[in-house]
Amino acid sequence: MLSLGSVGAKSTKPSFVSYVTPEEIKLEKEPPKIEKHPDLLPGEVEFCCANPILKYTQDDMSQRGIFGTLFCTNFRVTFISDEKSQEETTKTFKNKLYGENDIPLMCVDHIYGVYDEKKKLITGGLVKNKYPSKMIIHCKDLRVFQFCLTFTKEEDAKKIFQGIAHHCLEERSLKCVFAFSYSGTPSPEMQRKWETILFDSPEDWTQEMKRTRANCRLVTENENFELSQRLPKYFVIPSALGDLFSYQGKGFPIWCWSHHSGCALFKASLPPVTQEDGDFQKHLDIMLNAVAHNYLYSAKTEDLSESLPTIQDIQQSYNKFKQFFLIENSTDFWLSDVKWFSSLESSGWLDIIRQCLQKAVEVVECLEKDNTNVLITEEEGTDLCCVISSLVQIMLDPYYRTLMGFQSLVQKEWVAGCHAFLDRCNHLHQKDKECHSPVFLLFLECVWQLVQQHSPAFQFSETYLTVLSDSVDVPVFSTFLFNSAHHRESVMKAESPLAQSSPLSCPTVWDWSVQFDSKAQNFFFNPLYSEKVKHEKAVRKAHKPKHQRQLSLPSTAFKPPSKKGFFKDETDSLKKILRVKRLSRWMGSPDSPAATTRGFYESWKQRPLDYHGLLLPCLDGPAVRVWMQRYLRWIPEVHIMGGGSVAVMTKLMELLSQVQDLKRVLEQRDSSQAVKLDHRPYIQHRLLSFGSSGRLSSSFPFAYSRNRSFKPIIPTGLMQSLMVTDSLASQEDEASSFVSLV
Amino acid sequence: MEESGSVDSVESLSKDVTYICPFIGPVRGSLTVTNYRLFFRCTDREPVFGLDLPLGALSRAEKIGAATSRGDVSYGLVCKDMRNLRFVHKELEDSLKKSAFEVLMKFAFPVSNNMSLFAFEYKQVFPENGWKVYDPLAEYKRQGLPNESWRISKVNDHYELCDSYPAALFVPVTITDEELRRVFSFRAKGRIPVLSWIHPESQAAVVRASQPMVGQNGRRCKEDEKLLQAIMDANAQSHKLFIFDARPSVNAAANKMKGGGYESEDAYQNAELVFLDIHNIHVMRESLRKLKEVVYPNIEESHWLSNLESTHWLEHIKLILAGALRIADKVESGKTSVVVHCSDGWDRTPQLTSLALIMLDSHYRTIRGFQILLEKEWLSFGHRFQQRVGHGDRNHTDADRSPIFLQFIDCVWQMTRQFPAAFEFNEYFLITILDHLYSCLFGTFLCNSEQQRLKEEVPKRTVSLWSFVNSQLEEFVNPLYVHYPSHVLFPTVGIRHLQLWVTYYIRWNPRMRPQEPVHQRYKELLAKRAELQKRVEELQREAANRTASSSSERAGSPTRSITPVQTFV
Repeated sequence: MLSLGSVGAKSTKPSFVSYVTPEEIKLEKEPPKIEKHPDLLPGEVEFCCANPILKYTQDDMSQRGIFGTLFCTNFRVTFISDEKSQEETTKTFKNKLYGENDIPLMCVDHIYGVYDEKKKLITGGLVKNKYPSKMIIHCKDLRVFQFCLTFTKEEDAKKIFQGIAHHCLEERSLKCVFAFSYSGTPSPEMQRKWETILFDSPEDWTQEMKRTRANCRLVTENENFELSQRLPKYFVIPSALGDLFSYQGKGFPIWCWSHHSGCALFKASLPPVTQEDGDFQKHLDIMLNAVAHNYLYSAKTEDLSESLPTIQDIQQSYNKFKQFFLIENSTDFWLSDVKWFSSLESSGWLDIIRQCLQKAVEVVECLEKDNTNVLITEEEGTDLCCVISSLVQIMLDPYYRTLMGFQSLVQKEWVAGCHAFLDRCNHLHQKDKECHSPVFLLFLECVWQLVQQHSPAFQFSETYLTVLSDSVDVPVFSTFLFNSAHHRESVMKAESPLAQSSPLSCPTVWDWSVQFDSKAQNFFFNPLYSEKVKHEKAVRKAHKPKHQRQLSLPSTAFKPPSKKGFFKDETDSLKKILRVKRLSRWMGSPDSPAATTRGFYESWKQRPLDYHGLLLPCLDGPAVRVWMQRYLRWIPEVHIMGGGSVAVMTKLMELLSQVQDLKRVLEQRDSSQAVKLDHRPYIQHRLLSFGSSGRLSSSFPFAYSRNRSFKPIIPTGLMQSLMVTDSLASQEDEASSFVSLV
Repeated sequence: MEESGSVDSVESLSKDVTYICPFIGPVRGSLTVTNYRLFFRCTDREPVFGLDLPLGALSRAEKIGAATSRGDVSYGLVCKDMRNLRFVHKELEDSLKKSAFEVLMKFAFPVSNNMSLFAFEYKQVFPENGWKVYDPLAEYKRQGLPNESWRISKVNDHYELCDSYPAALFVPVTITDEELRRVFSFRAKGRIPVLSWIHPESQAAVVRASQPMVGQNGRRCKEDEKLLQAIMDANAQSHKLFIFDARPSVNAAANKMKGGGYESEDAYQNAELVFLDIHNIHVMRESLRKLKEVVYPNIEESHWLSNLESTHWLEHIKLILAGALRIADKVESGKTSVVVHCSDGWDRTPQLTSLALIMLDSHYRTIRGFQILLEKEWLSFGHRFQQRVGHGDRNHTDADRSPIFLQFIDCVWQMTRQFPAAFEFNEYFLITILDHLYSCLFGTFLCNSEQQRLKEEVPKRTVSLWSFVNSQLEEFVNPLYVHYPSHVLFPTVGIRHLQLWVTYYIRWNPRMRPQEPVHQRYKELLAKRAELQKRVEELQREAANRTASSSSERAGSPTRSITPVQTFV
């Protein structure tokens, strides 16, 4: 009966769709094809190719698709349609490095082969034997590609399949990553005026300390990684910390950020547990003492590995979660729609996000309300420590909610802070699964929650976060390619050609001009950002007058802490040295940490909203949501034609440009007065041309809907969805006579 | 008091009452009950705590437990707007004086006490008369009716044939009133197939009806078959007719036992019957009850999503939207006329037709157009508001109650989420409608049919909700609205894109309340634009004057001070 909608609805653009089913194709009759080749990037080399390959148009079961050539290069797997595609050229948001039909090798998540109707996960071993009739590629950015290999010569099919499987799945060395072959020339004038602070020089750190009025000490002794290869090149520690050369470079309280009150946030890896327990304890004491000395002898410490999920938990949860979005066909989609909420819950991903935000709020409360120094620790100190410390800084410091501030924060906490991107992102397809974990993505997810709850507080948009999450798997940038600062330096030195003394020119991801032209970069900005009205020579934040720091209080003057609650109880020995002040509320509170931060959140909520002040997330069930743009953008079933946030954006952009035009008219009208008018750096909110069609789909600017006919997507199998089993269902509407219900 | 004018009178005032707030704990203050609302105020805390509830929103009020030894009286109020309230106070010494609870029971359920609803006493005058919003003939004229294929029939002019239908009915010209009379006896409750909407280009029509009285023996009605054929023939573009039966097929079949049923494809040539699998009013009521359990007062965080799923509320929303989408698709893309019915054609049918109409016709996405849509599809076609809401009736277990209209408004809200720029009204407009669905302040949602409203002289004796709304439109305008007259909206009905309407269902939870609604910023932008526009115009005028007067003054140009406008761009 009603097979409407889905067949005709999501059909591809007629110009390059083949409406014949594979069975109808007679290869002999195909006219000879003109050889097509991808436009290679500088340094890109083609490995193998096969033609004709049928690329299925994802959206239905009808097995329709486009014929073209499949290539594998040292950068990507790419499919080039036999017919000319006009769509690519008209895009306003085109990635210069890879397009709709390109999959950077690093972006490949899994490859499946369909052998005799059976879908099998391809691993190294399977490659040698047979090639499948159909190859399904799941990407890390959640695209799904399906290629039919049966039309091409057996030899070619085998070659391309093995080539792709080899380059995408086999363990390989870092040297093979495309970034070291890429020789794109940096475009100097494209960079935006304000630079991202990279935190690779002592000056950057000094500057940051000055900005936050920190009272700490910059360590330059690790310049040549003599202290530790796992530590940043430069870092900042509490000024009270003495001997640096013990404990194999572990267990330093590393300064993250200082609150205007003077208290600060520190993070640390745990000191190695050696022979004697006493040593460990002694070291902890020294650490805490140093932290406490920073401000008012107060300190709290929190071992994140005890209270947050492990990186393996995170990995497992994300693996479950992402499956809901790797949709291969419409039937799968509607089937998974039925139990959507409970599946979502069972993955636990949203709960992990909530836990991280919750923990960050707890730390924020210590800093903001109790003015206590906080030390967060973790085995390595470069995973969840990075998540929590970055979140805390975003919540407390409006600077990190600007685009450049945010990028600097990622540099400070993650890149310079030695997060093991290479291992965690599994860029090299290592067999050892233990160390893979989407920790950075988890951080971006948490930021997205904040952005969607308080969008006017952020200068950057949701699109920016989505693009950033994609860029992690683009093997062109040096930013996310290494495990530590030492790793970065040594590899860069080794890989740089000897002739040139300068190190390799691997662009940083922050040079967005490598991927997007300046027009497309406008999508990174939130048009509703409420920029702080700057007063003359005003600092970013109106600092309160500095607290009087009482540095020499006799420690016995404080009551011994006997707190309950979640922060780790200090050991007896520690209590003797360290008297923690201002913990009364924690001590007296029998509630769970969630309950105590509830009060903190509620009292914050009653204050008038200040987008340039403290920002807290709402963590109640309905408030933590799925990052729709990132996860749903490639699924045609959920594209809203003419709707979604792009509809708002269009209208806003239009309004903004009107406001700006009017302002300009005003300025011109009164040029003598114009000097006093706006001279702030001008973010180009030019009216973005959203294409001429006028109606865009909610997936804009990512997937361009091929559905130009605005046909609706009619769900299938609705009845399965709702099995109301109780007797109510069979009752009549006009039932007053015989129904008795409570 | 401000809103209700001088009419609402204090009936009971009790000091020293404790309100047991589920969010902030017990609050002491004074409780006032008027003949319209309940008002609790506590001044000795920061910020001042207040509670203001129209008595119409009460579904049930009862004393909890027996009076304790200390003489405390405790009572709980269950509200139709997704909250429960609990008060405790001392038993009055003076037994002659009526307790607040008795007063409450009296005025909250006036119908059960043989009193009239407050709407009949409310006499506020607004600049606009909302009863004039909907003029059936003007609305049909907007659609280009009558035309060569459709005529107005006066056969139900005095509601003789169908007391739940409006007086003005549009039917194909080829059907005589005599034939219509026969159809009346074949359709449940006499609700014959009549036109709701016609496509301006293709002439495909949306027709609504109730189920045919087929029964177990497969009764047929020649005139009914002719009528449906005529409906199909009125649209030259298609040689098919789609009949959408909103029910699950099992239920439709079960109805044959009671004389009802559905159109057989044998009897109705060229017609295709589609079941939309939407459940009945009892299932919906139960679903909302579960939803309330899940969201009020507290949300269980760890199982929030599976709890939400277990209520099935969003799945019902999905099915209704999916049904409307299929109807709209047939009309728009298929250029085919459709007939929509459920059992009686007054619950699921208006849900489906009005949603389909919103998708198809941008007029219904404006504030006034939406009012017309409600007046037409819901009020004039006899959605039984009195029964479904139970205005002023203390019988809270009445099985005729069901949140059908709330569900429809929820679907509209889902669409406004998906198409944030396509609707002229904002969320507050929808919430206001729902609040006054229960409040009994306005006459709009009283009674079960047009006939009853005329009999009770509702338009004469009460104020229309639209009088109130249209007198302060700026409150309800969506600043992002872009008027695209020809756009058809096809929402996506995947549950991934449906959200729980937190700002309605969980609005009593202070933690879920947004601090500053984002549309505030949109409004600011619009205001800014207006301000700048004004300034530019002023300057232009001034400049024109200046050049006109003389050019010699140029040297000493007057220095008007322009306050630099702050922008947030």
